Amino acid sequence: MTQDKITMLHGSGGQATGDLIKSVFAEAFSNEVLGQMEDSAVIPGSGTIAMTTDSFVVTPLMFPGGDIGRLAVCGTVNDLLMRGAKPMYLTCGFILEEGLEVSVLKQAVKSMAETAREAGVLIVAGDTKVIEGNGGMYINTAGVGFIENNVDISSAKIRPGDAILVSGTMGDHHAALLGERMEIETEIKSDNAPLTEMVAALLASGLELHAMRDVTRGGLATVLKEMAESSQTTFVVQDEAIPVTPQVRDFCGLLGLDPYYMGNEGKLVLILPEDEAEQAIEILKKSRYGDNAAKIGIVCDDTPGELIAETAIGGQRRMDVLQDEGLPRIC
Amino acid sequence: MDLNTIKQFLAEYDGPDMNIMEVCGSHTAAIAKNGIPGLLSEKIHLISGPGCPVCVTPSAYIDRLLELAMQENTCVVTFGDLLRVPGSEKSLRMVKGEGGRVEMVYSPMDILEMAKRKPETCFVFAAVGFETTTPVYALLMQELVKNNIKNVKLLTALKTMPEAIGFLCENGAPINGFIAPGHVSVVTGSRIFEPIAEKYGLPFGVSGFEGTEILTALYAIVKMRGQGRVINCYPAVVTTEGNIEAQASVEQFFEPADAVWRGMGSIPGSGRILRKEYAAFDAGSRDLTEDKKKNRACRCDQVLMGKIRPTECPLFGKVCTPLKPQGACMVSTEGNCFSWYSNHRVV
Repeated sequence: MTQDKITMLHGSGGQATGDLIKSVFAEAFSNEVLGQMEDSAVIPGSGTIAMTTDSFVVTPLMFPGGDIGRLAVCGTVNDLLMRGAKPMYLTCGFILEEGLEVSVLKQAVKSMAETAREAGVLIVAGDTKVIEGNGGMYINTAGVGFIENNVDISSAKIRPGDAILVSGTMGDHHAALLGERMEIETEIKSDNAPLTEMVAALLASGLELHAMRDVTRGGLATVLKEMAESSQTTFVVQDEAIPVTPQVRDFCGLLGLDPYYMGNEGKLVLILPEDEAEQAIEILKKSRYGDNAAKIGIVCDDTPGELIAETAIGGQRRMDVLQDEGLPRIC
Repeated sequence: MDLNTIKQFLAEYDGPDMNIMEVCGSHTAAIAKNGIPGLLSEKIHLISGPGCPVCVTPSAYIDRLLELAMQENTCVVTFGDLLRVPGSEKSLRMVKGEGGRVEMVYSPMDILEMAKRKPETCFVFAAVGFETTTPVYALLMQELVKNNIKNVKLLTALKTMPEAIGFLCENGAPINGFIAPGHVSVVTGSRIFEPIAEKYGLPFGVSGFEGTEILTALYAIVKMRGQGRVINCYPAVVTTEGNIEAQASVEQFFEPADAVWRGMGSIPGSGRILRKEYAAFDAGSRDLTEDKKKNRACRCDQVLMGKIRPTECPLFGKVCTPLKPQGACMVSTEGNCFSWYSNHRVV
């Protein structure tokens, strides 16, 4: 391809589109299913299937610790994992704005391919459209995963007496993006990561996993409050037990942000019986991206649907889902 | 003194009722975040005051910003909190959706770059704030004057705390002590509160924003009930004299003026306005005295003066929520109603 910017011609469906697909997508995502270049991908499979989709409209496209391509794989893969599915196949739809640098597109696609390999999924179908605009890029991915027969993970299984665990520090993705946008120099990197290895280890452990959620937009408090509501239990967490890096804590202090409400892209909440918590933390800590796993609280039944935070000085407060819009377009 | 002794004293206090007002929005947020109300005896009542700059900005000011945003070759530049504050009818966010020019920034200094990039546009900064923020506007003014920048103006709604506290002592709820604002005190020095402490015979505790710091200040205030004294419980950051350089810089560009506080009316000498010699930089701040409510049932005024709790307003949590604020107190994360609503505070 000779051009270095996306033009409307790349979306024509003709020669230029074909060239773009060949030179950018087909090579990077290369696999047997995609290689057939048919109108749809035909894949083997039977039993219980998990399906999900997510769209990625993040700015900036490249940020410390990741980019829109990596994010587009992690977001969908992690959603599949949270139901105990083994992620298998992804589709991807690209909407490119006129003027986008082809080098930027290539970088995002390369990173998508690498992350897909890491997550153990094949990208089996795709689509590209070009619209008028200002050099932006939007990606949609849909994913399919297979669930083994005996696996049943959902908020409906949460019980009083369960422990609440997180797989690592909160707020890194949100702070990394915000820092980049505000041109504040920090060492904070996005935590965007596929949690395939971590969840596979948890599933293989034989522990009684009740529920899992990945902690994305809306942050930890939003996820916990939603879980408490849907299970009609009370979640009690300790402020001091929430893992947050000193850098993110300082960043939040500077800008008046609350790590409880900041987004992540590679962290999960796990609910399981209290007596299995220690073993689960060990497994999380041994997994990639689980170094800072911690138990942050317990489930009880005093006031169904409530999320209570116990503060460092011994006070309590009731927390809610994110009220304001938070930071738009972080994923 | 150790924390447990302080906590035990505050939990078991059985003397005369103590109404203690925190006048700073950051304290309101920190009190809720640390779960402090639940640690206090029933005889100690925390009352949130008019300390959120967004909450006390009158509707006429917002309406003027809306006009400017719709004016040709004009762009309003603001902190994010102000976007959703309702004027007499609309908010900045609403007019932005209708084609008004509104930009959000994190520092007023960002406006300099904007002005350079688009010399044909007049950029108006929505300069709201207390003693804490005014020095930043003074810095901005220094740059504007030094570099002879003509296409930046300020629409000011700058407030000063001591006069407002004096007004509350005369007209508000019966208060027995104040948690003095920590950030304001960094600039003004703790001495700024001494005259009102003496005049009204009330203790003022200058406090930081950590849970332990607020508990320490509360302890000091309760212990000194009836004494007109200022206790600096935040000495690592706050001095008696304050930041002299910042005070001088403010003095250079701004002069004291009467100011309208949303719902409370005009309080003599409780504001700062650009001096006459810098009038060319003023986008019309002097005449913004009107203060209409968007919803007549909104009781923000009484909330701000500590006469009722946010939960006693008939709109609270029903038609007025953070997603559909009827009054300014439900907008900012430091607003009294927002803090009470989002933390489910009941006492």
